[in-house]
Amino acid sequence: MGNIIMNLIVAAVLAGTPLLFGTLGEILTEKSGNLNLGVEGMMFMGSIAGLAGAMKYEAVAANPSGSVAVLVAIICAFGCGVLGALIYSIITVTLRANQNVTGLALTIFGTGFANFFGEVLGNNAGGYAAVGDVVKAGFSNVNIPVLSSIPVIGRLVFSYNSLVYVGIITAIIIAVLLNKTRIGLNLRAVGENPSTADAAGINVTKYKYLATCIGGGICGIGGMYVSMVTCSGIWVHNCVSGKGWIAVALVIFAIWRPKRALLGGLIFGLLSIMRLYIPLKIPMQIYDIFPYIATIIVLIAISLRRKRENQPPASLGLAYFREER
Amino acid sequence: MKDEIVKKHKEPFVRIAKRTDISPRRAWIVRIVAILLALFVGGVIISSLGHNPFSVYGELLKGSLASPTARRETIKTFVPLLGAAIAIAPAFKMKFWNIGAEGQILAGAIGASYFALFHSDIPHVPLLIIMFIAAAVCGAIVGVIPALFKARWETNETLFTLMLNYIILGIVKYLMNGPWKDPTSGFPKIAMFEASAKLPKVLGVHIGWIIVLVFAVLMFFYMTRSKQGYEIAVVGESEKTAKYAGMNVSKIIIRTMIISGAIAGIVGFFSVAGANYTLNENTAGGVGFTAITVAWLAKLNPFVMIGISFGLSILTKGSNTIQTAFKIPKSVAEIITGMILLFILGCEFFINYRLVFRSRKGE
Repeated sequence: MGNIIMNLIVAAVLAGTPLLFGTLGEILTEKSGNLNLGVEGMMFMGSIAGLAGAMKYEAVAANPSGSVAVLVAIICAFGCGVLGALIYSIITVTLRANQNVTGLALTIFGTGFANFFGEVLGNNAGGYAAVGDVVKAGFSNVNIPVLSSIPVIGRLVFSYNSLVYVGIITAIIIAVLLNKTRIGLNLRAVGENPSTADAAGINVTKYKYLATCIGGGICGIGGMYVSMVTCSGIWVHNCVSGKGWIAVALVIFAIWRPKRALLGGLIFGLLSIMRLYIPLKIPMQIYDIFPYIATIIVLIAISLRRKRENQPPASLGLAYFREER
Repeated sequence: MKDEIVKKHKEPFVRIAKRTDISPRRAWIVRIVAILLALFVGGVIISSLGHNPFSVYGELLKGSLASPTARRETIKTFVPLLGAAIAIAPAFKMKFWNIGAEGQILAGAIGASYFALFHSDIPHVPLLIIMFIAAAVCGAIVGVIPALFKARWETNETLFTLMLNYIILGIVKYLMNGPWKDPTSGFPKIAMFEASAKLPKVLGVHIGWIIVLVFAVLMFFYMTRSKQGYEIAVVGESEKTAKYAGMNVSKIIIRTMIISGAIAGIVGFFSVAGANYTLNENTAGGVGFTAITVAWLAKLNPFVMIGISFGLSILTKGSNTIQTAFKIPKSVAEIITGMILLFILGCEFFINYRLVFRSRKGE
């Protein structure tokens, strides 16, 4: 029994990590007042960029190593996520377009982008796009001497792939950045009330661009996790399939707090793998919609209890026109 | 000394001024330029794969328009796209971000399929009418659930409608694998409809194309000439204004989403009874999302939607052809669709604002 629970938790962490990245990226973005609904698109862009980067590295390097491949994949996915977010920022911040529709357009674009290049890569590789065993090993679970062999704790804490730890560290960094630094204070000011921030001498445009682009990059890493870890380095058509949207909902669940995003990722990871571990005698297809039902319940619950400290950034979704204050 | 100070505070190189005087014709020219730019970037991607973009675009047009069969297929793509865009329009006008058309289409398809599969002994025309109504009711139910929560507790409708898409899709997959599975087939699929549940054809394409065109006209007059359409516009501009004017905002939101969901449901009916003659997980096939592009590009004007959904149908249908002819993945249609939308969103800035460059005389 204990073993089952342990397996369940480990699997939940592994399944929840891409959601965690998406949620963290979107928290950072929304703190600047930008509601970027393109998380799904940016994750898609990251997923193909990470895979393409790892494949390219594998082809070029004389003696490819797993950990370098992870680094290359992270950089490529981050870069491509930034690209998506940059398109979004130019259109919403500089050109002042509607944030909702721009985010949706980015999702359509990113989905097409990833599926297109996924197939192109597959065609070029003569069948399907995949990485070799050495690179794949870089994305498999780590084995830390001593620590990983501690009973129970070793398995629960020190047995994941490196990206899980990157995710947790990112959450901590963003939490500290937002709450303990001047940059974070300025960023929150921009998201709450851009005209006040502007009057206080904060460069609103710069903060919006930077937060959105870095947030997009983090979403991209989440997408790369899907293609490299969840799909073990093989391109699967439509692989992100809604994870980006769950991440957008998890931002609300996490009430814009990075540390709560860790919990949200874990719970939703659990929901998405539960059917493999806990047979409930209900059809598989019904089991698969649990995370979405849970998201709706969370949305409703949050809208029912409106606490002052649990509110989104006040200017979320609104473009800032300096001339119109 | 004084000169220096003046120089330091000279005019910025470029500043932005609002403009309201642009003629509709020039505004459309800007938009068409944006679409051409998107097609140009698409061409760059195509040529990066080593193809000639002109011959690819040419093949795309040929594959969707050259033969009667191709034209019929293009119209078949066009019907659900226009229908879904019409469904979305009033909701978007109200700034109710209904991105759940996909789920509402599937819900309508489920409702229609139920009667097609289990009551196919009903005579042809009454059965089709029953299926039509069932589809509208199912679509409306799925559409109104998020509206009820939005009206009562301001629950975020974007995510609510989106999550419903995945839930309805899960239900369709469940029906395919379980209760509605075709017993004569080894695969998890639903049986083909009987002849009595198939829509009649007019000029080679199912009658749905006439009905959506009628919907486009009706929706245009509903949104621009009716009291309810005016209320939708006011709620969309400012809920507070609507309240001060004595409008019942909750009622308007709920009513509009019933209409929006019902039309989407009817689109699902067309897809199962006119195009596929069965229900499967691809019945909606992303139409609900592409329709958002259509609706927004058309500035929510149903007549403009007709042209835009036809254009995107050419793109979608033609992308199948270039996939076989050039081995260019058909997702290229999605990239170009996304890009057209992004470019159009960006170009609105140049319609609403003017860039004023620093004049040399001032220095």
